Amino acid sequence: MRVLRFLLRKEFLQIFRDKVMLRQMIAMPFIQLLLLSSAATFEVKRADLFLTDYDRSTMSRGLVERLTGSGRFEVVGVSASAEDANDALLRRKAGVILNIPAGFERDIVRDRAADVQLIFNAEDGALAGVTSSYAQQIITQYSRELGATVHPAVTNQPRIEIRRRGLFNPDLDYQNYMIPGILVQLVTVVGTLICAMNIVREKEIGTLDQLNVTPIPRSAFIAGKLIPLWVLALIELAVGLAVARYLFHVPMRGSLPLVFLAACVYLVAALGIGLWISTLVDTQQQAMFVTFFLVMIYLLMSGLFTPVRSMPVWAQWMAEVNPVKHFIAIMRAVMLKGAGFHDIMQPLAILSAYGAVVLSLAIHQYAKRAA
Amino acid sequence: MITTLRAFMVKELRHILRDRQTLTILLLMPLVQVVLFGYALRSDVRDIRLVVVDPSPDYATQELKARFTAGRRFKIVAVAPSFSIVQPLFRQGKADVAVTFDPDFAEHLESNEPARILLAVDASDPNTGTTMQTYAAAVIAEYESELKQRKGRPVMIVPEMRMRFNPSLESVNLFVPGLIALVLTLVSALMTAISLSREKERGTLEILLVSPLRPWQIIVGKVLPYLGLAFANVLTALLAAWLVFHVPFRGSVVLLLAESILYSMVSLAIGVLVAARTTSQRVAMLISLMATLLPSSLLSGMIFPIASMPRLLQVISNVVPARWFIIIARGIMLKGIGVTYLWRETLVLAVMTMFFMAVAVRSFKPRVA
Repeated sequence: MRVLRFLLRKEFLQIFRDKVMLRQMIAMPFIQLLLLSSAATFEVKRADLFLTDYDRSTMSRGLVERLTGSGRFEVVGVSASAEDANDALLRRKAGVILNIPAGFERDIVRDRAADVQLIFNAEDGALAGVTSSYAQQIITQYSRELGATVHPAVTNQPRIEIRRRGLFNPDLDYQNYMIPGILVQLVTVVGTLICAMNIVREKEIGTLDQLNVTPIPRSAFIAGKLIPLWVLALIELAVGLAVARYLFHVPMRGSLPLVFLAACVYLVAALGIGLWISTLVDTQQQAMFVTFFLVMIYLLMSGLFTPVRSMPVWAQWMAEVNPVKHFIAIMRAVMLKGAGFHDIMQPLAILSAYGAVVLSLAIHQYAKRAA
Repeated sequence: MITTLRAFMVKELRHILRDRQTLTILLLMPLVQVVLFGYALRSDVRDIRLVVVDPSPDYATQELKARFTAGRRFKIVAVAPSFSIVQPLFRQGKADVAVTFDPDFAEHLESNEPARILLAVDASDPNTGTTMQTYAAAVIAEYESELKQRKGRPVMIVPEMRMRFNPSLESVNLFVPGLIALVLTLVSALMTAISLSREKERGTLEILLVSPLRPWQIIVGKVLPYLGLAFANVLTALLAAWLVFHVPFRGSVVLLLAESILYSMVSLAIGVLVAARTTSQRVAMLISLMATLLPSSLLSGMIFPIASMPRLLQVISNVVPARWFIIIARGIMLKGIGVTYLWRETLVLAVMTMFFMAVAVRSFKPRVA
């Protein structure tokens, strides 16, 4: 026990001595939250529309007015030549071409149906998809309006009124959704990367060999390494949560202690992975690359950026054994949906099991390597 | 002159080849990423889990329920008479959408009064939430318009939506150009910065500096092997994308490779600059992560469209080389356009290369203070 206390003191001294590192660790939550939460968005602001209107009628103008009036589209160019439109798309001057064929109004009046063509620059796939659904909505709405004016006879009809409500995030604020996930990423990087690098550094400098020939038991050494980082990561999480709460006004509908409980459990797994990596490599450079590689896979497959349920089945199974996925699910459920202990029991149990397995494997591996 | 340079490069190459672990990861990374992005990272919404709250079941609500299950998109996980079931299911993440009928739904439909439906979604993920809501609303709207057609045809404007350059909105097509940028950044900037600062940390840089090698030769010797490695990475990523995922190559491959080299040079210059300004490996690593990898993945438009970002970040994204490279790579691969359309972006990259190289060589003092 006394030995452990000395080791802990040494670790904390070393951590607090490295000013650059410390500054980075304090700056990281701010930078990441600021950058990621505002950059990591698929929100569609306004699409640049290029118009080729061959009809030039009241109705075709009405359609364009509805599109621009919604604030979702802005006309950046008008031309009668398809070539100009195509060129605008290739030069990225326009994101959408709206092509209204001649006879648009006539077709509506006569046949009650008319075609228009919308060509999207699908270079930004997500953007094009969302923009097209906006366009679809506006056009449908406009058809209804025209229906009422052109054929007022057909009004007495069955109507279904749809009211829409988004629970937990009524303003559809993307930041509220991203920030809990970004906090997870933050603790993961601290837990795994810094843990791996910290131990490998002792290896590289040669102090690990020195420690190994002292009477310090291996368990005390490992505990001495992991506990300070565990504390550090929790502090990092606290800072991140404070930034999220007071700078970004992300709600905290569930209980704060529950978040920390989940974090404590999760960090065992994250630190275990870090320790395991440190047994595999010899230099800090390698440690960084291996960690970077693994963390990247963990993060991409965790549902941070794309929903897990959109993945193919095999990837969903992979996600089930991914601790990051479960911790992100817990964070989002507790912070946004106000989930209680009962609601998150299942992922929490998986995290505990995962942590126990990874940590014991890592300690086993470490003992084998050092022997 | 040339022989010393060659000897130095051979030494550097040995360093790279000796470190099997890093090398394996560097060669594996683009492949794994292509596979992940190609197979796993999709944002299309499928298997939406539906809760139906139906206080007074009648033929109309049954009909709508049947329509929801008929399509492949929805799966009804619970039917209940009251809304109180919805919240717990949402909290546990077991349902996504709740369709709530007003009592006496069918009667309202027949009496020409509006029949009401509440569509509640778990909007904690706003994008998926909105999409699911739109899909559910479409099913209802279709039912409504069929009911209406029995009474007379409404006006329809039929929009034909075409997705140019990527008709199926395959995400792998969009990510591969970004991936190339990311891999090039990683290998060129990060590896160069670390390997140069390691020589500094270990004191071997001083030895190199007193050798007959001139500073520029040291830099070139350091940089060229990594350029080769980066190039190999680009080729593997492109090959995987082409063979496995059939990512289109509409433009000239030669132009794409030439632009890749130009982009690697910018990254290498930044790597040298970082190494010149820092003293330890760890600091070099952290700074190059912050200064290259983070902006290259977030502010480049690789995953998140630049047009969606706040104004300030859009302005900042202009100085991120990856942004320009991704425009070029997407232009060549997806749109099949050539230099006539891309000369401006190429010029930006060339100017950046020159600028960073000049600064890097200047900061790389032939003396270690």
